[in-house]
Amino acid sequence: MNPRLAQKIAFAVLLLATLLVVLPVLVILLIIVGKGASAISWDFLFSMPRDGMTAGGIFPAILGTLYLVIGAIIFAVPLGVLAAVYLVEYSSDNWLSRLVKLSIVNLAGVPSVVYGLFGLGIFVTFFGFGASILSGSLTLGIMILPVIITSSREALESVPRHFRTVSLSLGASRWQTIRHSVLPHALPGILTGMILGLGRAAGETAPILFTVAAFYLPRLPQSVFDQTMALPYHLYVISTQVPGIAENVRYGTALVLLSLVLLLNLAAILIRSRFRRKKKW
Amino acid sequence: MVDPAAKFSIRAFHVHYGQFSALRDLNLEILANEIFTIIGPANSGKTTFLHSLNRLIDLVPASRCRGEISLDGINIRHGLEIESLRRKVGIVFALPLPLPISIFENVVYGLRMQGIRDPRLLNEAVERSLRESYLWEEVKDRLRTPAMNLSGGQQQRLCMARILAGQPDVLLFDEPTSGLDPISTARIEETLLILKKKYTIILVTNNVAQAARVGDRTAFFLMGDMIEVSDTGKMFTTPADQRTSDYITGKFG
Amino acid sequence: MKPMRVRKLKEWLIEKTILLSGIFSVVFVLLIFLFLLREGLSLFRGESVIDFIFGKSWYPISDPPRFGILPLILGSLLVTLGAAAISVPIGIAAALYIAEIAPLRLREALKAGIELLAAIPSVVIGFIGMITLGPWIKNLFNIPTGLTALTGSVTLAFMAMPTIVSIAEDAITAVPRQYREAAIAMGATKWQTTWRIVARAARPGMLAAVMLGIGRVIGETMAVMMVTGNAAIIPTSFLQPVRTLTATIAAEMGESVQGGPHYAALFAIGIVLFVITFLINGVADLYLHRSRR
Repeated sequence: MNPRLAQKIAFAVLLLATLLVVLPVLVILLIIVGKGASAISWDFLFSMPRDGMTAGGIFPAILGTLYLVIGAIIFAVPLGVLAAVYLVEYSSDNWLSRLVKLSIVNLAGVPSVVYGLFGLGIFVTFFGFGASILSGSLTLGIMILPVIITSSREALESVPRHFRTVSLSLGASRWQTIRHSVLPHALPGILTGMILGLGRAAGETAPILFTVAAFYLPRLPQSVFDQTMALPYHLYVISTQVPGIAENVRYGTALVLLSLVLLLNLAAILIRSRFRRKKKW
Repeated sequence: MVDPAAKFSIRAFHVHYGQFSALRDLNLEILANEIFTIIGPANSGKTTFLHSLNRLIDLVPASRCRGEISLDGINIRHGLEIESLRRKVGIVFALPLPLPISIFENVVYGLRMQGIRDPRLLNEAVERSLRESYLWEEVKDRLRTPAMNLSGGQQQRLCMARILAGQPDVLLFDEPTSGLDPISTARIEETLLILKKKYTIILVTNNVAQAARVGDRTAFFLMGDMIEVSDTGKMFTTPADQRTSDYITGKFG
Repeated sequence: MKPMRVRKLKEWLIEKTILLSGIFSVVFVLLIFLFLLREGLSLFRGESVIDFIFGKSWYPISDPPRFGILPLILGSLLVTLGAAAISVPIGIAAALYIAEIAPLRLREALKAGIELLAAIPSVVIGFIGMITLGPWIKNLFNIPTGLTALTGSVTLAFMAMPTIVSIAEDAITAVPRQYREAAIAMGATKWQTTWRIVARAARPGMLAAVMLGIGRVIGETMAVMMVTGNAAIIPTSFLQPVRTLTATIAAEMGESVQGGPHYAALFAIGIVLFVITFLINGVADLYLHRSRR
């Protein structure tokens, strides 16, 4: 076959494949927005569910997801960032530290439902926290810990070596060097990883299934030892477990969850692209 | 015995990187207020030597040092905190390496790390050290702009100002003009000649003519050995060793 | 000097905290595995490992219960194979298009789209799959239910694609420019260069991309639970409901008695999943490192 013609056909096939990946994203977004927008109202966002969740709002689920995400940040961000600082700035490069780094990278690929089992085993049962916001937050936190450690590590490693050398040569101590000449320049990367981790924590269902999520609660949680409803689990419940729920309520719930997660991701993308433009080394 | 006039005295000093021996049995005295230049081909241990003097060598995980270096009679490994050693012995690297912050913040970086916060002290230090490195007139109106916007020669003089702000005793220069054009190079050399009234200067250079122009004494390093050391004039007219003579006349290098 | 000493103490504390965090992060890796073992291994006091893995029936609440996970393994395998068959060719082709052919602007837009797809929560994808894809497959093949292995495969293919595309795209972009220039200079067309030179040079990275994509599919839980119909029987065709390892844990943990054999069996499934995904990711990591050298 004529190579020019072959090229044309090949490029058309590749384009088609690309469209097959990207178009469904748009279709999914359009369907959810199109069918769910009519459900969104002040009442839907900020009131309690009524009549066996067929009417009223999804406020407890939204609030529950916020609680869980905040709990996960409080736990995972300091621990993850400090662990990354340890791995990049303090640990020496030997087989043990390489093994640790490899394990942490691989931990990011462990199924979320396995984290759910772990959370059930350690927080709910072993520590006796029961099914509670505390257990759920810690479980989500552990799930996003590898994401935060890995992205923080990459951000720290991308700060040029010579910043450290220069700082130390000017009489700064090791910690001062990290604090003033490394962390500020790694911050956008760390922030990006953190927000992506949050997006993941907000959208995951399997880890909270047995550690915190409640099918339906008549009142809002009062303490970290209470169960809570959560958006992703609520969507699962109303789309598979409870018959007779109006279609636009389901789509509306999906729309709220999707907006929350996509906003977080959008924020991460913006931070990253602004940082890339400002970067000078 | 230690010469009382010696700033640095180096006794039986060795450096190894793993199995590789980078510097062997070095014995040397560096006097106060001299410009001591070190010449020699690449990988002769010149930079290793310079980094040993303020213990930047400690950053290389595989490095091992043996022997003794003292500054004003005090052992730099046992008698001094590493941070104060590095403030006393400032270094300017081969490439201009400003930190990606403002000109002002670059100059006061070391002072801030000492915990100095008084704006009056900081402003004074900035003006004094930028004047000493002959950069003040060029940058005094834009001290808060990023240091990365300066030209290469200006950046290198900023790096000098940065160490001068900490009022050091000794200035180490590691091929400071290798990345610069001839005019910037000349300015740096002039500055060195003025700075030596106040400071002890150790200059590593791959430019033999530069050593001849500014050095009081010169040492020739080759593959980890110091082949000879003498007054610069003497080395360039009547070198004691054939290898020195071959190197400075350009037979190898 | 007093402030000096205070600062030294502060730094000492900070550095110890950092060290502690480093140790904690390692401890968690170990803890995850230890807790799965602790809860899961008690099953094997009354059950042999062979019966567990190769047992043909999963009746956890009958009397006596039967804990054979072969139907679940085959369910996971079938859905995964189907998803791979769809997502690998499409994903690799899209990666080639984005990395080599798309103009810069389009390329950035496409990459953002892929990132968006990766961000959609699995429960949302499951929801869409359940109410749009399910009925469609039901009508198309004229079968009693649309919640089948095929539905699961198609849904999961979309979840695997962002991983495959983005990692393969990185691998393709990392191929040195000289390879392309040399091929073009010898008169190859752009397509010949892309296919014969670039794609071949990027092969280890693409392999890693495929493995990581498959890893994601095997571990996926919510979407698969919502669209595959959840029948724990040994599957014989793509057009029948199946149940995967992950969905079994998610669906049954709520009804199992804590500490009982059913509970232990679900943790044992967790061990199996942990080991499988850890291995897949480990091997993928090796390939990624090889492609970087």
